[in-house]
Amino acid sequence: MKTLYLLVPLAPLFGAIIAGLFGKAIGRAGAHIVTILGVTISLLASLIIFKDVMAGNVFNGDLYTWLESGGLKFAIGFLIDPLTAVMMLVVTFVSLMVHIYTIGYMAHDEENWPDDSLARTNSYQRFFSYISLFTFSMLMLVMSNNFVQLFFGWEAVGLVSYLLIGFWSTRPTAIYANLKAFLVNRVGDFGFLLGIGLVAAYAGSLDYATVFGKAQQLATMTEATTGWPLITAICIGLFIGAMGKSAQFPLHVWLPDSMEGPTPISALIHAATMVTAGIFMVSRMSPLFELSDTALSFIIVIGAITTLFMALVAIVQTDIKRVVAYSTLSQLGYMTMALGASAYSVAIFHLMTHAFFKAVLFLGAGSVIIAMHHEQDMRKMGGLRKYLPITYATVLIGAIANAGLPPFAGFFSKDSIIMAVQASQIPGAGFAYVCALAAVFIGGLYSFRLVFFAFHGKERFREAAHDAHHGHDDHGHHGGTHEPHESPKVVTVPLILLSIPAISAGWLIGSFLYGNWFGDAIYINTVAHPAMAQLKEGFHGIFGMMAHGVVTLPFWLALSGAATAWFLYVKRPDLPAVIRAKMALPVKILENKYGLDQFNEWFFAGGARGVGHGLWKAGDQTIIDGVMVNGSARLVGWFASVVRLIQSGHIYQYAFSMIIGVFVLLTLWMNRA
Amino acid sequence: MSSLLSLAIWIPIFGALVVFAAGNDKKLARWAALAVAIVGFLVTLPLYFNFDVTQAGMQFVEQRPWIPRFNIEYLLGVDGISMLFILLNSFITIIVIIAGWEVIEDKVAQYMGAFLIMSGLMNGIFSSLDAVLFYVFFEASLIPMYIIIGIWGGPNRVYAAFKFFLYTLLGSLLMLIALIWLFLQSGGSFNLLEWHQLRIDMAPQILLFLAFLVAFAVKVPMWPVHTWLPDAHVEAPTGGSVVLAAIMLKLGAYGFLRFSLPIAPDASQYLAPLMITLSLIAVIYIGFVALVQADMKKLIAYSSISHMGFVTLGFFIFNQLGVEGALVQMISHGFISAAMFLCVGVMYDRMHSRQIADYGGVVNTMPKFAGFMVLFAMANSGLPATSGFVGEFMVILGAVKYNFWIGFLAATTLILGAAYTLWMVKRVIFGAVANSHVAELSDINSREFLFLALLALCVLAMGLYPYPFTDVMHASVDNLLKHVAVSKL
Repeated sequence: MKTLYLLVPLAPLFGAIIAGLFGKAIGRAGAHIVTILGVTISLLASLIIFKDVMAGNVFNGDLYTWLESGGLKFAIGFLIDPLTAVMMLVVTFVSLMVHIYTIGYMAHDEENWPDDSLARTNSYQRFFSYISLFTFSMLMLVMSNNFVQLFFGWEAVGLVSYLLIGFWSTRPTAIYANLKAFLVNRVGDFGFLLGIGLVAAYAGSLDYATVFGKAQQLATMTEATTGWPLITAICIGLFIGAMGKSAQFPLHVWLPDSMEGPTPISALIHAATMVTAGIFMVSRMSPLFELSDTALSFIIVIGAITTLFMALVAIVQTDIKRVVAYSTLSQLGYMTMALGASAYSVAIFHLMTHAFFKAVLFLGAGSVIIAMHHEQDMRKMGGLRKYLPITYATVLIGAIANAGLPPFAGFFSKDSIIMAVQASQIPGAGFAYVCALAAVFIGGLYSFRLVFFAFHGKERFREAAHDAHHGHDDHGHHGGTHEPHESPKVVTVPLILLSIPAISAGWLIGSFLYGNWFGDAIYINTVAHPAMAQLKEGFHGIFGMMAHGVVTLPFWLALSGAATAWFLYVKRPDLPAVIRAKMALPVKILENKYGLDQFNEWFFAGGARGVGHGLWKAGDQTIIDGVMVNGSARLVGWFASVVRLIQSGHIYQYAFSMIIGVFVLLTLWMNRA
Repeated sequence: MSSLLSLAIWIPIFGALVVFAAGNDKKLARWAALAVAIVGFLVTLPLYFNFDVTQAGMQFVEQRPWIPRFNIEYLLGVDGISMLFILLNSFITIIVIIAGWEVIEDKVAQYMGAFLIMSGLMNGIFSSLDAVLFYVFFEASLIPMYIIIGIWGGPNRVYAAFKFFLYTLLGSLLMLIALIWLFLQSGGSFNLLEWHQLRIDMAPQILLFLAFLVAFAVKVPMWPVHTWLPDAHVEAPTGGSVVLAAIMLKLGAYGFLRFSLPIAPDASQYLAPLMITLSLIAVIYIGFVALVQADMKKLIAYSSISHMGFVTLGFFIFNQLGVEGALVQMISHGFISAAMFLCVGVMYDRMHSRQIADYGGVVNTMPKFAGFMVLFAMANSGLPATSGFVGEFMVILGAVKYNFWIGFLAATTLILGAAYTLWMVKRVIFGAVANSHVAELSDINSREFLFLALLALCVLAMGLYPYPFTDVMHASVDNLLKHVAVSKL
């Protein structure tokens, strides 16, 4: 079995190395074959492992010792339990779909580069190499049995995300976005690393099992220098890491910009897998988080803010990918709220269903983008359902699931989150519940707005073709009206395959949430946090849940959101402009995303440069060099005149003779007595 | 008695003679230098493979009387602290020879010879256990560096060399006084290991510590005696920068471990807050300064200072994670800073500019080079799976254990380091082709590929499996920490 565990991450790594280093030699087909093969092997192995884990076989063992120091042993190793097994399946399945889809999406990638750029020659192979490398990194992250490897995977997925957001490196917006993403994530990692440092310092180990075994002990301690309750300090530190990776307010600012990357990675990295790493991590650390109500409160409030305020921004976006991006932020907020409500399994459940339906939405948006020749502005779409029937159907499925309507996957997971938040006793849960409900309405609105705006109504792309103005993603399809047409099979088949779980994954809820499915992988302090136990009591099968669902508030809120979208974008398409004019200020606030980008650019980026200049000019140049060093400036002048004389070129001889001479003279002179 | 250490010192130095003999035959000089460098590296390998990791004390010891009148000995030996630096130094020498291959056309034999001499001297510093021998090597090593900057350096080289000289002068004098004082105090011995056992009162301990501090802090360099470094780097030829960053900066840090801590442990403990403060200033203050540099070499020079701040921080938190992390950081920085300066050199050879503003979109014309540069930049930002992560990670863990706030301040490097390094990469490597000069760039040739790939392998190997590096350190570091914990008053 251990060989099989190894095979899961190593097969994609092998593909990545071959496609990356020998891309030219193996050609395009070679690159996608070797990487797809790698991920397929990985998926099959994950399936076998999943079955094995279901049979009750949990593995926890080290591969090799990475480092030993100060009594700490840092190892690379695997922990294969139900939580890991689910993540492995989600990651490898979505990754495989995205790999296949990429064949179609990147088929004409050379058009995205300037003609004379050498970076375009192997860009196709490079892309496959990166997404396989990502798959490897993500698998190492979820399969880890210790904090060090977790951090390795954590940073490695960040690296690949950086490389892929900036994939089209000649575009200024792309390389701005990837730097921003990396740095904002580093702010999160800052907290994450301090959390890990505290664990190492007080638990004396970075191995999950050992640390969790000492959790109760840690909960009684205080941090020596700060006097903080130790467990809270640890959990908040770790969660700050999650806020960066899983794009929680206020560290969410990088995610919308990450849409500069090619769409397949938006689906894989910035929706289905990498951004959920934070959710996974907190669930993995449930034995720690369960012991700090302060941390859980903090989490639920952050999640609530993210859910509601990001959903609001989604309403005013006109770029099809950005709508989906903000919807992702909002959904990540839901998962975070579930964590705060101690409903870790529900968070993972939503993580899974979301991975499917959000991948569908992103890849569907990508299919639209291909059909529109890299136009992403929905104002220049409309009426596309006639031309893109398969894409339309799958996006519709994704939207229904995203809005949380039964019997689609999102309904079960999102409704469970709302119930868990409602049942939670944690301070802040009341606020979170209100935010969650409001976001349900908005979720219905923005999901169906996307569908109606892009696929229904007037065929605005005909007018757009006459405009001289082209979208920022345009690359040379000037003039002439192109009839949009359905994407090739490599694009539509993954869409269809992903739609199946987007509809049906929710039906697993019974065993997933209430069947003690996760076993020991997730720990809940049921006495202090009874939400999950209450949910379990109220659960009577999926039909019971649906029957109950349609008489409760969330269902009607989502439905009215959808109805509002229909009214505004199908029935009365003249209305949005009127509303926009009437509500200029709120719209402006939303369009500016609450001004956070401007603030960060001014305060943090500008501030750092200002501090740097200040220290450099005032500290280094004026005080240190000016006063301390060049106070003897005349000395410099004198010395320079001397030095100039000895720049004869024969100085090497002096050097050698000096060194030897010193030895000889010292020896002779000192020994002469 | 093994004479491996003597070989490591004298093969490069006398090999340089052979290279000088090549005179104007450039080709012969290059090949001879490469041969000497490779032999010099090969003789250091047994130091690692025959090293007894269970022993805390000195190994491969060579002891001969040198100047019996003053009890001065030719005494060499290495322990887990110094051994790896001899290998690193000998390895970097090979890299420097290859890097200067076609680039240096003027006085080739002398150039190659100077680097070989310097390499031998550095090995002498890391293996001397006699204070006079150490001092001679320590001071002598400055000469080839002056010459390298002075002959093959940039237009402002005299100013830079002089600034360096000014800084060093005071430190050297104070160190000499400290050495003589210790000689007298010990009843006439220059043996470092005997000095380690010397009982010294608090007041002289503090004075000794400060005398050594001035000498070593300049070399590291620590804030506020760091301003010579950016100037020296800017004026030095690429090879000079590489040796300066990869090896010379390590001498000061090594000095702390060999002199300050074991000879004056009480003063070290007493002054640790000062040292930690200076280290943190280096990490943060210098990190901000690096952010606004317009010259790539200056940026990397400031980045070096910031990274060396982690080294001194690690030493003075007095735990195993800290000290070993600092040592790992020193070796890793040897690889990464060498690679970063070589990357700048590769671009400078083509464009004759180090200004960030003159570049942009290099990836479009030099994709292979861009791959290396991004890798090394990531390593410089401390990305896991590169060597740059290991040392920083260990020091941060050690610091959090020692005092949360110190760990907190140190960890800001995660953000600052990534900010200044990747912002530079963004402006230089990425983007559209910025101007016609960038458009005409040609990608790296096989020679350049070779040295970048060698360093890339080192950076990755050490990041993925640092165990063999720390394994040899444990016994000696453990011994040192125990030694420092015992008062000498």
